[in-house]
Amino acid sequence: MSMNWFKYSSPQTFFPLAGRLALVFGALALLACAVGLYLGFFVAPTDAQQGESYRIIFIHVPAAWMSMFLYVVMAFWAGLGLAFNTRLSGMMASAIAPTGALFTFIALWTGSFWGKPTWGTWWVWDARLTSELILLFLYLGFMALQAAIDDPRRADKAGALLALVGVVNVPIIYFSVKWWNTLHQGASVSLTKAPSMAATMLAGMLIMTFGFWFYGIAAVLLRARCIMLEREHASDWAGRYAKGIA
Amino acid sequence: MIAALRCVILRDLRLAARRSSDVLTVVLFFVIVVSLFPLGIGPEPKLLRTVAPGVLWVAALLASMLALGRVFAADHADGTLEQMMLGATPLGLVVAAKVFAHWLISGLPLVLISPVLALQFDLSQEVLGVLALSLALGTPVLSLIGAIGAGLTLGLRGAGTLLSLLVLPLYVPVLIIGAGAADAAASGLGGNAQLLLLGAMLIFAGAFAPWAAAAALRISVE
Repeated sequence: MSMNWFKYSSPQTFFPLAGRLALVFGALALLACAVGLYLGFFVAPTDAQQGESYRIIFIHVPAAWMSMFLYVVMAFWAGLGLAFNTRLSGMMASAIAPTGALFTFIALWTGSFWGKPTWGTWWVWDARLTSELILLFLYLGFMALQAAIDDPRRADKAGALLALVGVVNVPIIYFSVKWWNTLHQGASVSLTKAPSMAATMLAGMLIMTFGFWFYGIAAVLLRARCIMLEREHASDWAGRYAKGIA
Repeated sequence: MIAALRCVILRDLRLAARRSSDVLTVVLFFVIVVSLFPLGIGPEPKLLRTVAPGVLWVAALLASMLALGRVFAADHADGTLEQMMLGATPLGLVVAAKVFAHWLISGLPLVLISPVLALQFDLSQEVLGVLALSLALGTPVLSLIGAIGAGLTLGLRGAGTLLSLLVLPLYVPVLIIGAGAADAAASGLGGNAQLLLLGAMLIFAGAFAPWAAAAALRISVE
């Protein structure tokens, strides 16, 4: 049986699908965040060394993971757009950037809140913090470049190239702890060995990760819908949609 | 093909020689920025010795960034760039030649003058050598990465500021390792590891950046 992989690659067919998916993932995100926060703040035990302040990891770690993951997803859509010259890929890439920047900012901000009681300082020039800061600059640069170009097709392509060049930075972030090995502790969670934290802590963190992930999907799809309407405002389907809600 | 590349390099060098004040401005900027630091942070020799590698590197980075706007702008304005795109020589190679010429004009003078400035910061002779060597290996990487940004921002409004926003984050690894080489030499470890890493970066950037910059130019000019 052959399947039409490109059915949803046109804004006209993707627009309603994105609306339905955004609703589903938005609801899932709410649910996961509620469960995750409850587990994190009421069920998970107090940490022996860090006291209650460690609980910021339920926000910090998922946000940091998402900030890096979304950059890779953005570069993926960007590369797809360059390779296949599809309109929608570029729209997805530019829809992802603000959400990715938001998560990067949250990761930096919560990390600073955690650093003050634990390390005794708001900020250190540790390799991981620095690379996360650079990641924020990369997101902002991507958004600034797209904002400066009036022609959306050129903006998509230029942003795509920049995202692909910047994606070199994401592995550097991930491996920086091993390479420079400064103040930031190594990853507490790995796939190859047993986790070094209590099961409820891990469960809370993973559920929060899914919550943030689903929120990211919902926010990106909603933003993509807005971009689609904006760019395709002259087309029939967009006109019908605009009449429908007016 | 070699003849075409030589032609591009010689042409850019000749153009720069006709407008030598542009080259001098970049060098002068470098000298002034570096000289401002002792005025800002105080003339204590021990302090100056510790900050010297970082100051020289950051100043070199800013100076080479300021010069980036000129890599393609003039050729874009008078249509030469379009002819180069239509020509038989692969655009990536032409870009590589242009970046090389640009480095000879804006990067090499910084490398040559850096030991004199480092003397003002009371650096010892061997550190001085490592610092100059790290700049010699690092500034071409800056020019190569910068060419991608210059290609992307070609002909945009506010291209200068935007270019710095795009390119400076990508410069960070070069800055860390470049300044690290002189730091390691100053602390007696020797900067070999960092210099080798810089060399690796140069090879990597030399292989891929011209190609990416060519793609950026095609996006901007199409």
